[in-house]
Amino acid sequence: MLREITLGQYYPADSILHKLDPRVKITGAFLYIISMFMFENYAGYLLAALFLTIMIKLSRVPFSFMVRGLRAVVILILITVFFNLFLTPGEPLFQLWRFTITKEGLQSALKMVLRLTFLILGSSIMTLTTTPNALTDGMERLLRPMRIFRLPVHEIAMMMSIALSFIPILTEETDKIMKAQMARGADFESGNILKRVRSLVPLLVPLFISAFRRAGDLALAMEARCYRGGDGRTKMKPLSYKKRDRIAYAVIVLYLILVVVIRRV
Amino acid sequence: MLKEEPDIIRLFSRKRSANRPHGSGLVMIDTRKLSFDYIRRDKDGEVEGVTRAVDDINLQIEEGDFIAILGHNGSGKSTLAKHFNAILFPTEGTVFVDGMDTCDQTHLWDIRETTGMVFQNPDNQIIGTVVEEDVGFGPENMGVPTKEIWERVEESLKAVGMYRYRKHAPHKLSGGQKQRVAIAGVVAMHPKCIVLDEPTAMLDPKGRREVIRAIRALNDVEKITVILITHYMEEVIYANKVFVMDAGKIVMQGTPREIFSEVDRLKSIRLSVPQATQLAYELKQAGLALPDGILDEEELVEALCRLL
Repeated sequence: MLREITLGQYYPADSILHKLDPRVKITGAFLYIISMFMFENYAGYLLAALFLTIMIKLSRVPFSFMVRGLRAVVILILITVFFNLFLTPGEPLFQLWRFTITKEGLQSALKMVLRLTFLILGSSIMTLTTTPNALTDGMERLLRPMRIFRLPVHEIAMMMSIALSFIPILTEETDKIMKAQMARGADFESGNILKRVRSLVPLLVPLFISAFRRAGDLALAMEARCYRGGDGRTKMKPLSYKKRDRIAYAVIVLYLILVVVIRRV
Repeated sequence: MLKEEPDIIRLFSRKRSANRPHGSGLVMIDTRKLSFDYIRRDKDGEVEGVTRAVDDINLQIEEGDFIAILGHNGSGKSTLAKHFNAILFPTEGTVFVDGMDTCDQTHLWDIRETTGMVFQNPDNQIIGTVVEEDVGFGPENMGVPTKEIWERVEESLKAVGMYRYRKHAPHKLSGGQKQRVAIAGVVAMHPKCIVLDEPTAMLDPKGRREVIRAIRALNDVEKITVILITHYMEEVIYANKVFVMDAGKIVMQGTPREIFSEVDRLKSIRLSVPQATQLAYELKQAGLALPDGILDEEELVEALCRLL
């Protein structure tokens, strides 16, 4: 069950989206998320869905693989649906015990689900088509002006990239520890919430210990390979905009213009 | 795997004198009266006790050597190895790497560029999320120009036979493959010397063979000085010199054949010998006229045939 988290995982493929400059993808994903909150009508959703579909097709990442990332946020979506469905005042459709479902509630719940789904899928396209290293490289470049405020941009980017690359290793490890504890009679699946949370202790303690040990080892390995912060470091894959990146920016701008136009319709 | 053999053997352009035999006479690593103490502290930071992990070690490793350092767990072999690229600093005595004193902070990064280090757990030393990015990490840190980084990545991946995996995600590779990527990551820094701290301890027999083959190729073809720390006897036979450690001291040194001639002594420090050596030893004890220090099955078969 733990292997299914795809958020923040790279999917190797050879597509135009994979080749794009990470800065384009970061800006694109960011603007796409903002665009979600710019329209209210269904035409806007249709446009966003269309844009997303094209991007998914272009990314060559299997749709089923992408959807798996959604499973992690199903609960969040359900909670949002619940609140929107029952707590929106308006024209009542039908009543369930003490809860009234309104037409407005139904609409806003649907919109919220779409919005969240698009949001997650949109950002996973970015993470699935960009290696964490490229992603952090992009972040580093985009945030470079912040260095004026003494923000350790390179260090933050490096930490993020390491955190991301350790996700699969630590998930695997969690799986392993879980199985080991289950073999000794640990029960993670029954009982009430309190009991379940408590049953996580024998999982989390060894996980944390091993994560710290790994961190120590990794720091050692990095130092042994001459890592000494961002100064004087060269890049294996330096970022430079190409023609396709300019086209991609144009596409994003076009999409935003369409969103603004549709909003007025 | 066998298909990769040509890759491994292929020479890559390197400004290094070729065809040099083992031990060129140039001293690569020189330790003088090296001792190291681990200080144990209690919860309040008070000194609780001192453990001498490495005790008065004097050794010289020559450029181009293939050295094996043997010892059971806790014998101090890893601690010793960490002195070779200035991760640990001696409590007493000095370590010279390519003529540089490791305690001299101005040479810290030169020393780490001279001596690369490969660690035991392949997962904990891979930084990149794509094989080629990981191999490029070292050269990036050294400030190598972009174009040259790519050349180095290519040649070092070829040297360990992992070139066709360059676009793969490291965590999806097998243990032996991950470890070879880690070795490539060090090779890309063009070190004169590579220290491998039990690189095969977490691998299966197949992975172990892959890694040892890659290490031998680096020593034979690239003439990189190799220091292999291990407790697997079978890996030692490729070395041209073996140091055996026990309780922080070097207790034996010599060629693998010399070392394995002393089965009793090895056993007394809880080390076992390769199976063929063990069998030859037992047969000799039983009265057969076999020579000392048989290293592998082939030699044993030959020696037995001669007896018949």
